[in-house]
Amino acid sequence: MKYLDEYRDPAGCRRLAKEIRTTATRSWTIMEVCGGQTHGLLRHGIDRELDGVVRLIHGPGCPVCVTPLESIDFALDLARRQDVLLTSFGDMLRVPGSRQRLLEGRGETGNVGIVYSPLDAIRLAEEQPDRQIVFFAVGFETTAPATALAVRRAAELGLDNFSLLVAHVCVLPAMETLAANPNSSVQGFLAAGHVCTVTGHACYEEFVSRFRLPVVVTGFEPIDLLAGILQCVEQLERGEASVANCYGRSVRTDGNTHAVELMGEVYEVCDRPWRGFGVVPGGGLKLRPKYASFDATERFDFNSLPIVEPKECRSGEVLSGQIKPTDCECFGTRCTPESPMGAPMVSTEGACSAYYQYGAAESTALTEGAKS
Amino acid sequence: MVTEQPTESLAYSAPDRGQGKQITLAHGEGGRLMRRLISEEIVAALGNRYLASLGDAAVLPSIQGPLCFSTDSFVVTPLFFPGGDIGSLSVYGTVNDLAVAGARPRWISLGLILEEGLPIQTLRRVLASVAEAAERADVQVVTGDTKVVPRGAADGLFINTTGIGEQAAPVPPGPTSLKVGDELLVSGPIGRHGIAVLAARDELDFDPAPTSDSAPLVGAVAALRDAGIPLRAVRDATRGGVAAVLHEWAEASRLTLSVDEADLPVTPEVRGACELLGLDPLHVANEGTMVVAVPAGASSRALDVLRSVPQATGAARIGHVRERTLAGVVVRRALGREHPLDEPLGAPLPRIC
Repeated sequence: MKYLDEYRDPAGCRRLAKEIRTTATRSWTIMEVCGGQTHGLLRHGIDRELDGVVRLIHGPGCPVCVTPLESIDFALDLARRQDVLLTSFGDMLRVPGSRQRLLEGRGETGNVGIVYSPLDAIRLAEEQPDRQIVFFAVGFETTAPATALAVRRAAELGLDNFSLLVAHVCVLPAMETLAANPNSSVQGFLAAGHVCTVTGHACYEEFVSRFRLPVVVTGFEPIDLLAGILQCVEQLERGEASVANCYGRSVRTDGNTHAVELMGEVYEVCDRPWRGFGVVPGGGLKLRPKYASFDATERFDFNSLPIVEPKECRSGEVLSGQIKPTDCECFGTRCTPESPMGAPMVSTEGACSAYYQYGAAESTALTEGAKS
Repeated sequence: MVTEQPTESLAYSAPDRGQGKQITLAHGEGGRLMRRLISEEIVAALGNRYLASLGDAAVLPSIQGPLCFSTDSFVVTPLFFPGGDIGSLSVYGTVNDLAVAGARPRWISLGLILEEGLPIQTLRRVLASVAEAAERADVQVVTGDTKVVPRGAADGLFINTTGIGEQAAPVPPGPTSLKVGDELLVSGPIGRHGIAVLAARDELDFDPAPTSDSAPLVGAVAALRDAGIPLRAVRDATRGGVAAVLHEWAEASRLTLSVDEADLPVTPEVRGACELLGLDPLHVANEGTMVVAVPAGASSRALDVLRSVPQATGAARIGHVRERTLAGVVVRRALGREHPLDEPLGAPLPRIC
C-alpha cells in the first residue's frame, strides 16, 4: 500500500538501525513527544533494537492523558443532564474521571455519543434543535483546527444549541517546561509529526537556540522513526543542535497556514493545567471573546467536587518522562486496560497502554531477519 | 456510502398487499393481520412443505448419526450494509457454526422480533435475503416465530436462528488436539465484516466502500472433508476476529500460536480503514471466514482445496503452532520482532491523533 509499505521496509529499517549503532559513540537519551510515536516504537520493537545505544523516553504527547480530571468530571456532569448530548472522540470516553468514566455515563443516561469529526456534532445540533449538543474538544494542534471550524460553522448557522468544552493543549510550551526542568535527562527531541503538519517547524527555532537541544520533526512509521533518531544522534555526536525535518512528505516549514489562521481566529493561548504536569504557561487554548457564547463552561453551571487522584498511580511521572510505565508497581497488576487507574493506560496513544499492548513484560526478542 | 436505512424504503412505492406500509402492534397480536403477515409475507418468501403446514412444530425426517444443534441472535445496525444484511447474516451465522463443527446444515428456525413502525418493504427485503441465503447454504427454514414490540423497544428488526445439522465424519477433533508444528490457515481476507459495518454505521465515506465477507462456509468445510485433508480444528472468526479464535485455541491446547503479519491476507480497503482508525485487522469481526489448523505438511494441499471453492479463493497460511512460551499468541511484525497479541478489549474505538 502506497505511503505505508515503503516506510515499513524491513531491510531499510535494519540499515538505519545499523547506522544508528555505528554512529553513536555513547548512549543518548531522546524523548519522542507524541504518543503515536511511542506506539510505533514499541509495536515494531525499535526500542529494543536500539537498546544500549539510544534510551527513548516517552513524552507527554497524548492529549487524552493530559486532560485534567476536572474537565472530565465537568463532561460527566453534562452527560448526566437530560437536555444535553455530550459528544467526543472515542478515546476520551474511556478515560476515568475522579468518580466515573464517560462510557459508564452513557450506560447510565444514554447522553454520550462518539463522533469522528466535530462537524458531526454540528450536524447533530441541526438535527436536534431541542437538545444541547456539547463537543468535548480535546487534542493538540492536530485537532484544534477542526474544532475551530466547527465553532465558526455554528456561528454562521446561528446555532444556539451547540457548545464546546475546550481542553485543547499546545505541545511546544510543554516541551519548554520539560527542557527547563534541571532534573531532565533529555538530550534531544523527536517533535510530533502531525502537530508539525499544522504548525510547521519554524516555531522550534527559538526553542533550539534557547535550550541547545536538537529537535527533529519525525513521523510514525518505522523508517520515519529510525530516520528521526539517526538525525538526532548525528547532531548529538557532532555537538550540534538544530531543527531538522525528517517528515518532509507531510510537514512544511510554515505548516498549514490556513489551519493556523483558523485556529488563531477562534482560539487564544492560555495557561492550562496538564494532568501530571501542573499548570503549563501558554499550554492551552481557549475560545476568543468573540466566540465565548459557544463556551460550555459559560453556558452550564458546574460545581466542582474536590479532585482525588489515585495515590498509587504514577502517571504524572510517566507523562513527564521520569519513569517508564513498567517502573510503576501497579502496571499490569492493579492497573490494566480493563481497569485503568490513570489515563496513560486508557488512551490508545498512552504510554502505559502501549507497553501493555505490546507485552513489555513478556515479549521475546528474536534474531534479526524477516521470517522463519 | 451505501447505507440503506429502513426509513429509505418508506419512499419506495411497494405494491400494497393489504398489510399497510408499516408493522403495527396488531401484526403481532394473533389476529387476521398476523396470520396474513405470516402466510403472505413469511411463508410466501421462504415456502417449503415443512413451513407451509403452519403447525406449532415442524416434523422432520430422521437422519443418520449424531445431530449438531446451534443458535445465534442477530442485532446488527444498520440492517443493510455493503456485502450483506441482517437476513443473510442470520442464516450464514448459524449455518457456519454448524459447518465448522463438522456438520452438514439441514434445517433452521427463524425468530423475528419486529419493532412497531418497521416498513413492510424492509421486512420483505430481509425475508428475500433470508430465502436467497438459505438456498445458497442449502438449508430450509422449517419453523419460526414473529413478535412485534412497541416503538423504541427494539432497533428495527432482530432475528434469532437455530439450526440442526447432521455430523459428517471425520469430525475435526478440536483445539485440544493441536500439536507443535501444526499449521494455521485462514479461508480468506480478514476483518471485512467489522470494517464494512463500522463504515456503514458511522457513515465513513471510504472509497471504495469496504464490503462484508458474509457468506456460507459449508462448501469450504465440505471440500476439505471430501479431499481427505486431516483437520485439527476449524472455527469461524466472528466477534473478536481471528485473534479471539487464536486465543481460545492457545488456551485449550496450552501451546503458543504464532502468526506472521506479512502473511495475513488483508484487502486494501480494510488495511486502509484499520490504519486510519488505529485498529488491528486481527481483532476485527468476520462473517464468512474461518481459521483452520492442519498437521505439519498438510497446509499446501489444504490451501489448494480451499482456493478451489468460490468462498475461499483468498485462503492463506498465516502461522504455526509451537511449544508454549510466556504468551499464548504472538505476532511477528514487519521488522522481524515478535510481540504477544493482546486480546481485544470491548468495542474498538477510533483514535484521535
